[in-house]
Parts: sequence; C-alpha cells; structure tokens
Amino acid sequence: MNPTMPELPMDATTADILLLVLGACGIMLGLTLLGEFVRMRSDPRTPNPVLETYTTRVNSWWAIIILVGLALISGRVGVIILFMFASFSALREFLTLTAKAQADHLSLALAFFAVLPLQYFFVWMNWPELFTLLIPVYAFLLLPIVSAMRGNTKRYLIRVAETQWALMISVYCLSHVPALMMVPIEGFTGRSVLLVAFLVMVVQLGDLLEYFFGRRIGKTKVAPGLSPKTWEGIACGVGCSILIGGLLSWITPFGLIGAMAMAGIASLVGMFGNLVFAAIKRDRGVKDWSHLIPGQGGFVDQLDSVIFAAPIFYHLTVWGWSG
Amino acid sequence: MKFLRSLAASFTGHTIRLFVRFLTAVRADWKGIEPIPKQRVYFANHTSNGDMPMIWAVLPPTLRRSVRPVAAADYWLKNPIRAFVGPEVFNCVLVDRRPEVKDKPMDKIVAALDEGASLIIFPEGGRNMTEDPLLPFKAGLYNMGLARPEIDLVPAWIANLNTIMPKGEVIPLPLICTVTFGAPIHVQDGESKDAFLARASKSLADLRPDAPDTASEVIA
Repeated sequence: MNPTMPELPMDATTADILLLVLGACGIMLGLTLLGEFVRMRSDPRTPNPVLETYTTRVNSWWAIIILVGLALISGRVGVIILFMFASFSALREFLTLTAKAQADHLSLALAFFAVLPLQYFFVWMNWPELFTLLIPVYAFLLLPIVSAMRGNTKRYLIRVAETQWALMISVYCLSHVPALMMVPIEGFTGRSVLLVAFLVMVVQLGDLLEYFFGRRIGKTKVAPGLSPKTWEGIACGVGCSILIGGLLSWITPFGLIGAMAMAGIASLVGMFGNLVFAAIKRDRGVKDWSHLIPGQGGFVDQLDSVIFAAPIFYHLTVWGWSG
Repeated sequence: MKFLRSLAASFTGHTIRLFVRFLTAVRADWKGIEPIPKQRVYFANHTSNGDMPMIWAVLPPTLRRSVRPVAAADYWLKNPIRAFVGPEVFNCVLVDRRPEVKDKPMDKIVAALDEGASLIIFPEGGRNMTEDPLLPFKAGLYNMGLARPEIDLVPAWIANLNTIMPKGEVIPLPLICTVTFGAPIHVQDGESKDAFLARASKSLADLRPDAPDTASEVIA
C-alpha cells in the first residue's frame, strides 16, 4: 500500500473488514451447525440428498468467504488478483458454450491472454478512460477483424457477437467490482476497499433472501416458463437488501439514505441479471455454467447478479460521490 | 539411478496433470459407470494429441496408477524426452504398427491385461481430422473383448479438445473439457466383428453432448 498514507484510516479499514468477515463467519457457523444438527437427528443409513446439497453449498460458501476476506484484508492487489481469476473462470465457462470456429482461434486466444490481463492492468493503474473503453471499443472492433481475416464466414455474426458478449459479461462488467476501489471519494481515502464488500454483501444476501421468501410466499411469476422468480420474492429480497444497506451504511461514504438506495438498486439490477443468465442457459440447454464450484455450478452461476450490478453501482458511485 | 528416474517420472506426471487441469479445468462425468478400481478397457475418440493425457488426468489416483495407455511406438520413441514420458510417466503399452515386425500388438495388449492393468485405447486407429464424430473402428477392440470377455469395455467421450487445441494452432484455449464415461459393453456370444464394432462406436457417439448451437436452432 501507499506508504505516505496516514496510518490510522488503514488500520480502521482493516478492523472494519475483519468485523465484516467475522460477522459472515458467524452466519456461516450457524448454518454449518444447523446442518450438523439435522444430520445428527436423521438416520445415517438413509441417504438425504437435500442435506448433502446443503452441506456442499455451505462448504463452498466457507471457501468463498475466506478467499474474499483474505483478498479484502490484503487490499488492492489481492482484490484485483481475485477478480482477475474470477473473470478468467467466467470467461472460460462462457466461451465453452458459445458458437465458434477454428477461424476464431486467434481472436479467442487474444480475449483470454491479451484483453483480460490488459483490462485488469488498466483497473490496477486506475485509468478509467482506458478500462471503460478497451472492451466496448477496441476489442469490439479489432477481434472481429482478426476472425474475418481467416475467411470463414459461416455464422460469422453469431460467432463475433457471442464472443463480444462473453467479454462484456465476464471481463468488462466483473472488473468494475475491483474498479470501485479506485474511485476517488472525498474523506474516504484508503477505505474504498469496503465498497467492494458492501456491493458483494448486499447483492448476495438479497439473492439469498429473495430465494427464501420466493419459496415461502411467492405466487406471481416474473417470467413464467423461464425462472421460478416471483414478484413477491423480489420485493422481499430488495426490501431486505435496502435494510442491510442501511445497517452497513457506516462502511460507505453514501450516508444512510444513500446506502439504502444504492443497496436497493444494486440488488434489483442483480436479480434481473440473474433472469438474463437463466435465459442464456435455457437457450444453450444447460442447467449450470460449469461444475467448477462444488454444489453451486460455475463461477457465472455464483456471480451473475454481481456481474449485472457492478457497472451500474460503479457509475452511480462515480456520478454521485466522486470528487 | 532407477529410483531417481521413477521419482522424476512421478514428478513429471504430477506436473502434467496439474497443467492439464489448470488449462482445461477437465472434468470426469461418470454417466454409465462408477469410478471404482476394476479392470477395464477405456476406449475414446481421438482428435488431438492431448486426448490420452486428458483421460489419464481425470481418473482418480487409484485408477490412474493401474491404467496403461496403448500408444504407437514410432511416436513415443522418436526422441529421448518422449521415450521417457511415454513408457515411464504414462506407463504406455507401446505397440509397433509396422507390418514387418514380429511381435504382434495384440500379444502385448493381452499380456498387459493378464498382468491386471486397465487400458486406454483409441479404436479409430489415428486422429480424426474429419467433420464426422468418429472414424470407423479398427478390429483391436473386438479382439480384446474376444480374448478377455470378462473385462469391461468402457466408452469415454472427450468433448471440446479439438476446439481447445486444433491442429495447426500454437496457443491452446483454456476452455472447459469434459470426459464422459458411459456404460460398459462386452462382446456377446456369436456377435460378429462388424456388429460389435458398430455397437461400440454407437455407444461412444451417444455420449457426445449436443453441439452448443443445435439447442437454439431447434427452438428457432
């Protein structure tokens, strides 16, 4: 970290992160104990698939929380490396399912080995004019040229469009989470890593509660035939996110009302993002993006709502509080 | 010296396996059979030189230790590095495809089976460079099934590897590769060679996941 930075705010930030991580671990401990309690009461000879799925998921969540916690504590570099790895995994899941031909080999290799590292390099250097343009302008124009030069035009537009979608979703959108650490905010110097924790927590907890309430009281389907999501579930989930945002407002520069509004918007956008990903999966005839995370499908399954929320959350933060 | 060589072989094996796992996130899908230590012949489609390391890397450790890929001697003995990796890291059964050679490939294969090894074979006889999913099978699989009828012949479909590393490209793409293992087959009483090979070929081709675009075109 920057050695000229005053000591005190850094320490306070680390303490706040530790508090958040310990809080999350407390919730996880409760969930783990709940699972073990149910296991003790059930007959060990009869297989219980629901309990097995639950345990696998809880274990994956432990791994995720510990990884994210370590990254947050280690600061800027840790968070950037973590999200670069997440982008890489998301991109490989996405491009495994898209249309491609051997003519695209070089442009796909460039997507993995040039565009992705460059994007995160620009985020790390905090050059917003470059990391907001690299994929929507330069990759968008140059990669189709590379593909076209091989001369195979069979389903050309589908191939280049799907590759661009993969990059926008897996790299561009996701890189806006670590980019939050770079937004200059008056009186918030050295604490911006907490914005990453705020965004991830309100969106993921909102999703979880949306699922829970949707199961309990959900009636009206948002997109019948595509997703079990209901308006009642979404309303409760977003409502809970707003409350959680309010409770966490002390780690943000937004103020109480601002934090509640930002949490609500991020959570709402994330839930509908989830719907978009469900549509893509249905189109490709798959249930999950991959099997890289035990019990949870792939990285895109885990991150879909954060992916959608991140660029909008980033833009609103810059627009409303940067200076 | 022998100890050092086997240490180097084990180290190289781990390195190859980690590299393959990182590059392709390769995953085994045990559809028709469980990954238990039982003597088997895994037969797979062949589009890339990475096929054999791919199956080898997805097998659980106990299965991997007892499996021997059947491979061409002329390829694996070409230079000292291959001559180390093929026979010592992968523990290949090297067969000579030249007709003038005395020892018949099937003798070495049956000998390996009688020592209790499981095998990995590519029954198309070479890499498939066509648009068809599979080339016609060679007789080897049938002869093995006939010689040792109690051994399970397990189809294993390797998906995506041809996109990850097509012939003529230099940089591999880190896409996800899946190896799907199907239900075992055996040569039935009185089954002719052609009938068996057609059945084996179908059991392998049936494991092929639908190409990504077919699903959307059906709906459209």
